[in-house]
Amino acid sequence: MSHRQHENRPVIRVRRLSLRFGGLEALSNVSVDVQEGEILAIIGPNGAGKTCFLNCINGFYHPYEGEILYRDKDLTRLKPHKIAALGLARTFQNIELFSGLTALDNLMSARHIHMRHGALLGCLFFGPTRKEEIAHRERVEEVIDLLEMESIRKKTVGSLPYGQRKKVDLARALCMDPALLLLDEPMAGMNVEEKEDMARFILDVYELKKIPIVLIEHDMDVVMDICHRIVVLDFGRKLAEGRAQDIKDDERVIRAYLGEA
Amino acid sequence: MRPCGVFDKSYALDIAIIRTWQHWAVLISALVFLYLFPLFGSYYLISFINLLCISIIVVLGLQIVSGFCGQISFGQAAFMAVGAYTSSILTIRYGISFWLALPLSGIMAGAVGIIGGAPSLRIKGMYLAMATIAIHFVVIWVILHMEITGSFKGLYPMPPSIGGFEFDTDERMFYIIVSVVIIMTYAARNLMRSKVGRAFVAIRDNDLAGEVMGVNLYYYKLLAFFISCFYAGVAGSLWAHLITVVNAEQFTLLHALEYVGMLIIGGMGSIPGVFFGVLFIRILNELVMFTSPALAKALPWMGSSPAASLGLIAFGLAMAVFLIFEPRGLAHRWEIFKSSYRLYPFAH
Ligand SMILES: Nc1ncnc2c1ncn2[C@@H]1O[C@H](COP(=O)(O)OP(=O)(O)O)[C@@H](O)[C@H]1O
Ligand SMILES: [Mg+2]
Repeated sequence: MSHRQHENRPVIRVRRLSLRFGGLEALSNVSVDVQEGEILAIIGPNGAGKTCFLNCINGFYHPYEGEILYRDKDLTRLKPHKIAALGLARTFQNIELFSGLTALDNLMSARHIHMRHGALLGCLFFGPTRKEEIAHRERVEEVIDLLEMESIRKKTVGSLPYGQRKKVDLARALCMDPALLLLDEPMAGMNVEEKEDMARFILDVYELKKIPIVLIEHDMDVVMDICHRIVVLDFGRKLAEGRAQDIKDDERVIRAYLGEA
Repeated sequence: MRPCGVFDKSYALDIAIIRTWQHWAVLISALVFLYLFPLFGSYYLISFINLLCISIIVVLGLQIVSGFCGQISFGQAAFMAVGAYTSSILTIRYGISFWLALPLSGIMAGAVGIIGGAPSLRIKGMYLAMATIAIHFVVIWVILHMEITGSFKGLYPMPPSIGGFEFDTDERMFYIIVSVVIIMTYAARNLMRSKVGRAFVAIRDNDLAGEVMGVNLYYYKLLAFFISCFYAGVAGSLWAHLITVVNAEQFTLLHALEYVGMLIIGGMGSIPGVFFGVLFIRILNELVMFTSPALAKALPWMGSSPAASLGLIAFGLAMAVFLIFEPRGLAHRWEIFKSSYRLYPFAH
């Protein structure tokens, strides 16, 4: 696997991360590296702190201890919009779309960090502004093409079925042209067919962009199929880390997680 | 609006508002009609349209901050006052021409609006609404307690003029006011479909996700307040030089409430909705004015001038009816009508 060639140059370096809510230690002393060009799965039972881990990386939560480095840039105290501008994109476990907008406008809004025109030029919708809109529309249409979303382009996302909204969520993250993709349970609540589609899309994206992907997922079959490495979280602690096959056979993991599934 | 069978052949065409030659024909004839209107329209209708247009500008601003960006504001009347007073002071005291005072009033109101909008960085919804009400009273209080604003007496600005030509009648002001409305509608419509507009809607619909898309919440919330108050300020300046009397009683919380009502009845998040909402409330007010003398006779217990209270009752009723039966406002009705026209004759 090609990702191993770069193993000494992590894209994201999380060091001794600890996060607390009052008395609850949501994350304690978690260290994880995300390598260049790998799909890393984060698994663990509900409440293990997986979403919190992503929330720390993209700046929603600020840990009380530890640091998060993205290519030597310290993200630990940055605001989410600054982190987004660095090229870190994510999806949400509970789908957080702009429900009043069409699928297309949801995706166009993800071009925000790449668009240049401000309020004054925006008032005049011709010349450079119009040209820019069209150029970005073309980028968005590529993603629509990739994820086979032509038929829902002009639909208001609030009215779309669950599976489609999950897809818009992924597409929106892709439209940011991310350097790193964080996916929080992209297949949760989907039927088998939709899950297979989603897994295929994620692999398509990976083949196309070769960007590192961090994937939180419960379905072990999916994880085994598409991920290179796995990190297991349990009660806010890192329980194990390693190649998919090794994790599958790890005693502690089986006891904490796989056993009960 | 386009008939069945008109499809988009390019992204440029897809994002255009005006797509067919029929659109252009309708638009141009409407503009020609509008600009010729003072030649044959009655004085009553012309002054009615002037006031209508000023309200449209105020509510366009409100639509941007509340309808698109989701930050409820009851401060619009106060920001209009800032514009009206700024324009009056600049022209009377400093002899600055109206044409320069007009945009400066917008900028001044916008600047005050940034301060007024600051609470939106910490609070939302109901709490923000309360904060903007407080800002309304602070602004009016400051105006009443400054010397330069003429305190309780108010100010008497002059009508605009250009090269000796005075815009001193409603017919003449009509041209200025209508032109400003056209420009500001055009700007608002475009802005709302550009990067900035999408950032506003992102904040309204899901501010967390907006941040993840890279939207700087602080910047864009304050920008929304600035633009919204810029609109109110420009409207205030036009008002000042149309009426040529400015005092604090013209800008009460009741006016601010009326603007929010226009917004709700017209439809949140829609530029055409602004026109519908303002027209609806203004016509309602006129109807009340016309019928109140007869009502005063028929219902003597209402006192000699029931117009004021009747107006409020009618406004309240209209609001209640819309909130219950059509919370998405007249704009939503318009959309339904448009799509049925678009699909005609095939309802596919
Ligand atoms: N904002 C918050 N406030 C308080 N507790 C939280 C918050 N977010 C998460 N938690 C708690 O942190 C723990 C880890 O949550 P989470 O990361 O969402 O788990 P999961 O692994 O299922 O994604 C849970 O016990 C959850 O209740
Ligand atoms: Mg979770």
